[in-house]
Amino acid sequence: MSTTLTHSWFMTMRHLRNLARQPWWIAITLVQPIIWLLLFGAVFKATADIPGFAADSYVDFLTPGIVVMTAAFAGGWAGMGVIEDLNRGVIDRFLVSPVRRQALITGRLVQLAIVSLIQSLIVIGLGLLVGARFPGGLAGLAVLIGCSALLGGSLSALSNGMALLARKEETVIAASNFILLPLTFLSSAFMQRDLVPGWIQSVARYNPVEWTVQAGREALTASPDWGLVLSRAALLAALCVACTWLATRAFRAYQHSI
Amino acid sequence: MTPTGAAIRARDLTKTYMDVRALVGLSFSVEAGTVFGLLGPNGAGKSTTVKILTTLTRPDSGQASVAGVDVLASPDRVRRAIGLVAQRSGVDLEGTGRENLTLQGQVYGLRGAELRTRVGELLERFGLAEAADRVARGYSGGMQRRLDIAMGLIHRPRVLFLDEPTTGLDPEVRADMWAEIAHLSGSEGLTILLTTHYLEEADRLADRLAIVDHGRIVAEGTPNELKGELRGDAIQVELNDSQADGQAHTALHRVPGIWEVTVEGRSLRARTDDGSAAVPAVLQALEAGGVRVASVTIARPSLDDVYLRHTGRSLQKTEEHV
Repeated sequence: MSTTLTHSWFMTMRHLRNLARQPWWIAITLVQPIIWLLLFGAVFKATADIPGFAADSYVDFLTPGIVVMTAAFAGGWAGMGVIEDLNRGVIDRFLVSPVRRQALITGRLVQLAIVSLIQSLIVIGLGLLVGARFPGGLAGLAVLIGCSALLGGSLSALSNGMALLARKEETVIAASNFILLPLTFLSSAFMQRDLVPGWIQSVARYNPVEWTVQAGREALTASPDWGLVLSRAALLAALCVACTWLATRAFRAYQHSI
Repeated sequence: MTPTGAAIRARDLTKTYMDVRALVGLSFSVEAGTVFGLLGPNGAGKSTTVKILTTLTRPDSGQASVAGVDVLASPDRVRRAIGLVAQRSGVDLEGTGRENLTLQGQVYGLRGAELRTRVGELLERFGLAEAADRVARGYSGGMQRRLDIAMGLIHRPRVLFLDEPTTGLDPEVRADMWAEIAHLSGSEGLTILLTTHYLEEADRLADRLAIVDHGRIVAEGTPNELKGELRGDAIQVELNDSQADGQAHTALHRVPGIWEVTVEGRSLRARTDDGSAAVPAVLQALEAGGVRVASVTIARPSLDDVYLRHTGRSLQKTEEHV
């Protein structure tokens, strides 16, 4: 167990260091959630006037949604890094070394969690700047950020596993495109739950993006229902463990196919 | 472990991908402390063999052991005993030479001062000390290859696998690499398994070698033993007209003291006891048969002749068609 942790840390450091060397990547990663917040905030501003919309302003409502969306997207695209390592032979080199397979997945997962933490802080900061208020305070924000990191981590593990199975950039791109936007819109990230059609409400119940949005938004209210928050957080934690296990298994399938 | 004994043993390895049979019962063993070459064209099964012996993938059937450890039963123990320099490199191009080596060392359990010393030592030895803190993306092909080898050696493995170590390198860089590999084989009792499709490389570096064709080994021995199997000289005749191969073949068969006549396109090869004595008779026979000759060469047996004899194809020709 401790070897797995140590190896995961070495891998995390490698991924963070490589990211830090790509200034364009950093710029885009930091600017993109800002654009989403400002753009969606402007386009859907009138939402707050819909009868039955509970939040005072749309930006109060939207900011947690953007935090979750950003984490989901970062996670969904994580498989591209695996493809690059596969093409360069880096994965094969690790597979013939004593490195723990799990560390190859968790290293990327932790790196993603750290990146998504930074992105979340930026989005929240900007949200505050344009007038969003979060009665839940620091505890609420911590829940939002933590659950988003779990969601991003789960999707990144899935994306990594898929990259190992497909081994093609095009497949990862197509699958991410196919899944991420619908997953985001089949949730209450942008629209209050009881204002979307019934079938979306039903589907959303099984959508991890919705679990994250629910947990985050609930924790940010003045008097949160902690039972709801905990149940959603537990679901996300279980999902993250399951996805990591699946992705680790994908190494076997990969090794069997080469 | 005793200094003599098998460092690598492969028995009846088979592996099929979809419906391509990559290995069909491949067996060989390598004496500890020696360099063993697997020679054959792309697709012969060399890389698959290396993947199995380095625990990257499993055979459909057969057994293998490396450094005395069963590859299928204890892959983790095998991993600690081996180093791999894969065909497709393995350098993280976003990391510096030093970072690549350090991470590789960490994975094998090296830490602190010991790790730093070992990394410094290898950077120095492979001429990378100056470039150590530059990102590997900017390295030349030769530098990346040297970094690959340094990474393969960081944990002082007992068996080193070099999978096509000079493919894609410039001729000069290749010569440097050969010197480096020759130097490695002399040191630390290291056993090296080298795969290559360059005859010259196998001839120079390998103590013993095996010719791999269609997933099995068709000949094995020291380079000299293999060449010695061929009696006499090789005659090679280049024809002016590739249509004339049939006539040429018939004509040569009539010349006494000539055997093993093979034709590939415009190239005609045959063996004889004394090349210089046979040339006039060969030319005469071809002329009488109405075949126009562009050139005739006589050569001492080379590994290519060995290859041709065992596979029915010339390795150079095979490569051109790949």
